[in-house]
Amino acid sequence: MSTLSEQILRACEGEFVDRKVDRAYVHDGTGVLTLEAFEKISDHIENPGQTYVIFDHITPSNNSTTATLQAELREFALDRGLFFSDIGGGICHQVMGEDVVLPGEVVVGADSHTCTLGAFGAFATGVGATDMAAVWASGETWFRVPETIEVNLSGRLRGPAEAKDAALTYVGRLGMDGATYRALEFTGAGAGRLSMDERMTFCNLAVETGAKTGLFYADQVTCAYLAANGRTGTVQEQQDCRYERTIGIDLGDIVPVVAEPPRVDSVRPVADLEGLPLDQVFVGTCTNGRYEDLARFAAIVKGRKVSVRTIIAPASREVLKSAVNSGVAADLLEAGCTLLPPGCGPCIGMHMGVIGEGEICLSTANRNFRNRMGVGGQIYLASVATAAESALRGVLTEPGNAL
Amino acid sequence: MKIEGKAVCIGPDIDTDIIIAGRYLRTKDRRIWSEHVLEDLDPTLAPRLEGAVIVAGSNFGCGSSREQAPVALKEAGVRCIVAPSFARIFYRNAINIGLPLAECEVSCHDGDLVSADLEAGIVEVSGKQYRTRPLSPRMLEILNAGGLVGLWKVKG
Repeated sequence: MSTLSEQILRACEGEFVDRKVDRAYVHDGTGVLTLEAFEKISDHIENPGQTYVIFDHITPSNNSTTATLQAELREFALDRGLFFSDIGGGICHQVMGEDVVLPGEVVVGADSHTCTLGAFGAFATGVGATDMAAVWASGETWFRVPETIEVNLSGRLRGPAEAKDAALTYVGRLGMDGATYRALEFTGAGAGRLSMDERMTFCNLAVETGAKTGLFYADQVTCAYLAANGRTGTVQEQQDCRYERTIGIDLGDIVPVVAEPPRVDSVRPVADLEGLPLDQVFVGTCTNGRYEDLARFAAIVKGRKVSVRTIIAPASREVLKSAVNSGVAADLLEAGCTLLPPGCGPCIGMHMGVIGEGEICLSTANRNFRNRMGVGGQIYLASVATAAESALRGVLTEPGNAL
Repeated sequence: MKIEGKAVCIGPDIDTDIIIAGRYLRTKDRRIWSEHVLEDLDPTLAPRLEGAVIVAGSNFGCGSSREQAPVALKEAGVRCIVAPSFARIFYRNAINIGLPLAECEVSCHDGDLVSADLEAGIVEVSGKQYRTRPLSPRMLEILNAGGLVGLWKVKG
């Protein structure tokens, strides 16, 4: 009996295996070094149809150095017939989720948050540029089949608590290296009740515990999402397998939380820090930039005005289109929010919302490391509802139970 | 593979943003990375890394997959990193670019002489020996070729 990772990699935990890669993707940040390494080892791309170049990190480019690096990568991708998503298409993990990935696939991305796609029941993990160059050339890579920690979810989220609060809660419990070299599996009746957007939030944070990936078993929710996007998936069954350990989380017990800088596992109830003055609120990223997130934020701020500068970056063009068509985008603008083009926004402190010395940003992203969004600034991580209530008041605020 | 150098000791959970900040990533100029390596931890550190062995706490290299992190350390002259554990993407990246890692916990002070024999799986600090978690044969093969690009050139 096998864990989901063992089923997909067709080997037992601890074994080293070479496996064909079903999907391989880079973004404008990691693609440059990948191309540099690739040109040293080969001139041949083994599977151009399964190789993806997705611009998301600095889009549109912020200066001519970036523009020149992007131009080289763009030309290469188009020249070699790779799948190419230019500026404005969205964040690589989101685009791969919307358009490409299927349950049971082996997916590597040159970005640590590739684990987001475990939400589809794929074995999806981040690699570096040189590993990716070898994947371009050979179509395969090696893995050590990970041991698995089961995160058993029961109950259902209540009141203002979100998937993000539950995800930060498991990161806090496991710690920043609590799952190093391992996989997380999210199981139980609570897992089945989560939407695909929520599952992607859960899996996105797996790497913040050191995990190689986080996975949900594909079920009817997965298959319905795939069908709505023109794809067909099959349901995966949990077997009576051996987990290294199991932690249980009752979703009904989850309360709004924040992760204090500079550690993602430094998780406390929002109530403990209420009133913390904020300089900026940022909603977006591969963690919380999906349509459900934007709609939730808009529902809270609709008809009112934010009292601190508030930046919203949709995770993809599809998300932005949905927000425009449903009126969510108009509600955000009316409330005084600044809408960015689809992409990573200021998450890594490169452009469009870098914070200054001594400033505090409340962010729905996944990392609050020192100086990440700007030298001398601090990042608190929270849910969308916490971000919305806090944006309205200008200070950290626990979202109301009236939601 | 035998390595020797003076210890530079740093703490646990050193993330890749701290190793090389996002603001220095948009270039292919490796000197920029080596000049600014670990700048946000200690701006005086980079010049002291030439010929050094970094002795760190657990979970070294957590966070982003940016390969510029191990490249910056290697370009700055770091010969090896010794830590009780490494984040897995950093671990693969470091080996792939030919930066040796030794997974073990040692007692050490700044400036102590550290030697590592990765084939034997032994790190020695001030005459005391520590056993490392062994590198897999594949990892050793990549390291001995100077990295994955070197191995590709040999094996094709």
